Amino acid sequence: MLTLTCPYCGVKAEETELAPGGEAHLKRFGPGSTDDDYESYMFARKNPKGVHFERWRHAYGCGKWFLAARCTATLEVFGTYPAQSKEPPAELIAKIKAKRPGWEGYK
Amino acid sequence: MKRYSVFAIAREALRYHEGWERAWRAPQPKAAYDVVIVGAGGHGLATAYYLGKNFGITNVAVIEKGWLGGGNTGRNTTIIRSNYLQDPSAAIYEKARSLYETLSQDLNYNVMFSPRGLLMLAQTHHEVRGYLRTVHANTLQGVATEWIEPAKVKELVPIINIDGPRYPVLGALYQARGGTARHDAVAWGYARACSDMGMDIIQQCEVTGVRSEGGQVTGVETTRGAIACKKLGIVVAGHSGQVAEMAGFRLPVEAVALQALVSEPIKPCMDVVVMANTVHGYMSQSDKGEMVIGGGTDGFNNFTQRGSFQHVEETLRALIETFPIISRLKMLRQWGGIVDMTGDRSPIISKTPLGNCFINCGWGTGGFKAIPGSGWAMAELMAKGHSPLAADFGMERFREGRFIDESVAAGVAH
Repeated sequence: MLTLTCPYCGVKAEETELAPGGEAHLKRFGPGSTDDDYESYMFARKNPKGVHFERWRHAYGCGKWFLAARCTATLEVFGTYPAQSKEPPAELIAKIKAKRPGWEGYK
Repeated sequence: MKRYSVFAIAREALRYHEGWERAWRAPQPKAAYDVVIVGAGGHGLATAYYLGKNFGITNVAVIEKGWLGGGNTGRNTTIIRSNYLQDPSAAIYEKARSLYETLSQDLNYNVMFSPRGLLMLAQTHHEVRGYLRTVHANTLQGVATEWIEPAKVKELVPIINIDGPRYPVLGALYQARGGTARHDAVAWGYARACSDMGMDIIQQCEVTGVRSEGGQVTGVETTRGAIACKKLGIVVAGHSGQVAEMAGFRLPVEAVALQALVSEPIKPCMDVVVMANTVHGYMSQSDKGEMVIGGGTDGFNNFTQRGSFQHVEETLRALIETFPIISRLKMLRQWGGIVDMTGDRSPIISKTPLGNCFINCGWGTGGFKAIPGSGWAMAELMAKGHSPLAADFGMERFREGRFIDESVAAGVAH
């Protein structure tokens, strides 16, 4: 079972108390943006087979949104970090690179 | 190819069954084909079959990274129905269902289509209204469905508990000609017919790159060498995003795991398919006697072909209330498949930004029932550049806001 540590309350939460929220770090486009940008924001997702940055909510815990790095091919969790982050923390990137030398990096 | 018939069985019975041919050839890939289809699952093989049968295009290779029908074609719960709400969906699923009716004769291969009847239980008042609306829509679309009352449900499904405390059965949407088929046989039957038309089915051959020149596809690179082609069809379900990336475009698709399980075999107790969407479980009994149970999807991206245990638990907990008889059953096997979900939960059968490259994906949790219709439409699109059945399923619909919103219509994945 998937276990993620909530970066706010520190609880090692298992899947049943978490709600998945899809891809993290989406750049939002609203009124006035181009059709391409809006479509891409609404529907296009990276959907990688490998390292994935995603949003989760500690739904049956503290209730807060946070972000996680996880491998979609093995379900390995690399780490979690606060939802206010604009991009994944450097130390987490370094940790993933150490474990996945072939990984192309966050982009 | 020697035809299968009662005489063939008699003939082979008299000579120790030594005369059966291989159902399909295992050729080496040639350097070039008119059409290459990536993915030898049901949809890919059906596309190849209708390219040959309807359009006479037989210089075709179907390439597959694993083995034939080893992905979602062998991992579904074999349910066939066409009781959809939106017109484009009803059209393509009803086309598929009607092709299933005569598929065994068409392919000379017994796909064991069993139109045993299918019920979608209404267990809340909201669902009652929703299904009444679907019945009216189906009437206009020419899809034979009807609304039935709880007493009729009990008559069709004696093992059901219609007055459960939490989710009583308030009626059902009934499609008398819905049912099941043997999933592997659908892939095998199409493969045999394709091979017989001279097409090459190449297994253990993974696509590693897509070649193009001046915005037109020219071939694919594979683990067994480069193969040139004039037209390319990508029909790879869960890995659509990966192959699309090789072809240089992105898809509005995410991959998640969907689970199913079967019980130990028991005596015949249910001769219809029952879907309970409020509690999200569905069940039918296989010819071997196993209860085949479909569950829910995980909410997170997943390529592991195994799902979360709590979804199995949720599905069974809910089904036990509606079918108390299964509470003591042991479950034999449980498995997951990687399904490609689009934003509106409807498939994509489309041209792509790369010239002469076509994609058929996004069938999500309901692809098996659509195999013949999907192949029919995809073949027409690839041969003629336009298909009435596929017209509304283009990938540009997301940009244009023309959703075929079955996720709202069904209330659940389907």
